[in-house]
Amino acid sequence: MQKVTQSPLARYREHLEKGELAYQFDRATGVAIFHPRVIAPKSGSPDLEWRVSAGLGTVHATTVNHPRVGAPYNVALIDLDEGFRMMSRVEEMEPSSVKIGMRVKLRIKAGGEGTAEPLPVFVPVEASR
Amino acid sequence: MSGATGGGAAIVGVAESDLGIVASGMSATDLMAQATQRALDDCGLALKDIDAVFAATAQARMASLSLCEYLRIAPRIQDATNVGGSSFMFHLAHAHAALEAKMCDVALIAYGSTQRSVGRANLSAPEHNPYESPFRPVLPVTGYALAASRHMAEFGTTREQLAEVAVAARSWALMNPAAFEKQPLTIAEVLASRMVSDPLTVRDCCLVTDGGGAVILTRADRARSLAKPPAFILGTGATSTHMQISAMPDLTVTGAKRSGELAFAMAKLSAADINVAELYDAFTINTILFLEDLGFCPKGEGGRFVSGGAIAPGGRLPVNTNGGGLSYCHPGMYGIFLLIEAARQIRGECGERQIEGCEVALAHGNGGVLSSQATVILGSQATV
Repeated sequence: MQKVTQSPLARYREHLEKGELAYQFDRATGVAIFHPRVIAPKSGSPDLEWRVSAGLGTVHATTVNHPRVGAPYNVALIDLDEGFRMMSRVEEMEPSSVKIGMRVKLRIKAGGEGTAEPLPVFVPVEASR
Repeated sequence: MSGATGGGAAIVGVAESDLGIVASGMSATDLMAQATQRALDDCGLALKDIDAVFAATAQARMASLSLCEYLRIAPRIQDATNVGGSSFMFHLAHAHAALEAKMCDVALIAYGSTQRSVGRANLSAPEHNPYESPFRPVLPVTGYALAASRHMAEFGTTREQLAEVAVAARSWALMNPAAFEKQPLTIAEVLASRMVSDPLTVRDCCLVTDGGGAVILTRADRARSLAKPPAFILGTGATSTHMQISAMPDLTVTGAKRSGELAFAMAKLSAADINVAELYDAFTINTILFLEDLGFCPKGEGGRFVSGGAIAPGGRLPVNTNGGGLSYCHPGMYGIFLLIEAARQIRGECGERQIEGCEVALAHGNGGVLSSQATVILGSQATV
């Protein structure tokens, strides 16, 4: 048996460092997979291809968290055009103005606030031009 | 289909531990043990009779071991399944099967939590998810808020309709002496209260209390010889659809659809046969989703269904008659209290809030972020 030499998370982060949002593709079923795994859900296939998203998506669900201390902030579920869903947030607009169905584009932020890793956030397609 | 059948076993003893804010220094296991003693008292059985122990809490890694050591009992069966707040419905389904298979004779299900006293942050370390934690979801409420956003966008559900659920729960709580909340609540007050995770305000969210509970089960023959009228297990169903909200297949359809279908099939009943529904109301959107998924109204109609006091006292369907997680008690994993209230409604011992002629009661548990779902249908002697 082949030992895994790089975890799915390490590979994902390697892509983020290069400014890419990576996901997996199950060659057996043609289904996009996120978060990355060592085998595909449902099919159980270990034959997973790494792909890089074009970074375009649609807001599927959205909320604004109101902490007792600090500014309100957005948390959203984004459906990427390649067919996978991820948790993220929409920036460069009022958090309460983020609407379901809105088109958004990926922006990878350098690590900092609460995480040393680069962070895949989204901005409205209009603002990204 | 499951090998277990409706009517072969029953809940015979139920009890809450101290609730609300318990004495300083009390542990989760203290509350489990206290509730166990009270539930045994309720049915006239003793510790030595228990040969199966089911337990879960956020405050013990091996809850059944903690409880068995505390009680110094060595049951034939132990199960510490923890799938969040619905764990106790999962326990009940497992106990039901074990009783019918004669793998045990008397089963105890127990829960305890001191989350209010110790502070939620000290309960257990939050699970880090490298793909999601950096976005600072406040779990679990953010997950439910995201689901609510979909329900509002797809079906036109309003914040006023969500507030109806909290107001109905409060009305029931005012008839329950054990309830934490003692003052009336209006829709306007819910809407004006502090926003937590849009569209959910603090009044759309369950309470944070201490508390515990215990349920004793045995086979039907023995159940009939005990102190109180048995609440027979007519049907059970359990499932899960995801762990993280991002992986929920459809944010407006919960696993309650599947768990309800399984439970109703075992019971050979439908939603129309239910006299009282105890639905896990961690957040106001839950009640709306479960009313739809369990078949009390069509998908998308839950908001309109609850409007105008329809699930409050005197409404078309009595829901969460103890005041619910929103107004009675919510120590973190609330499912056991739904079983306790459903059994008490079947027995007819709920005082001012008793539903007249309650023969069939449904208790529906939820865990995680709409992740695990489990339905239990209980019936009186007349139903078996």
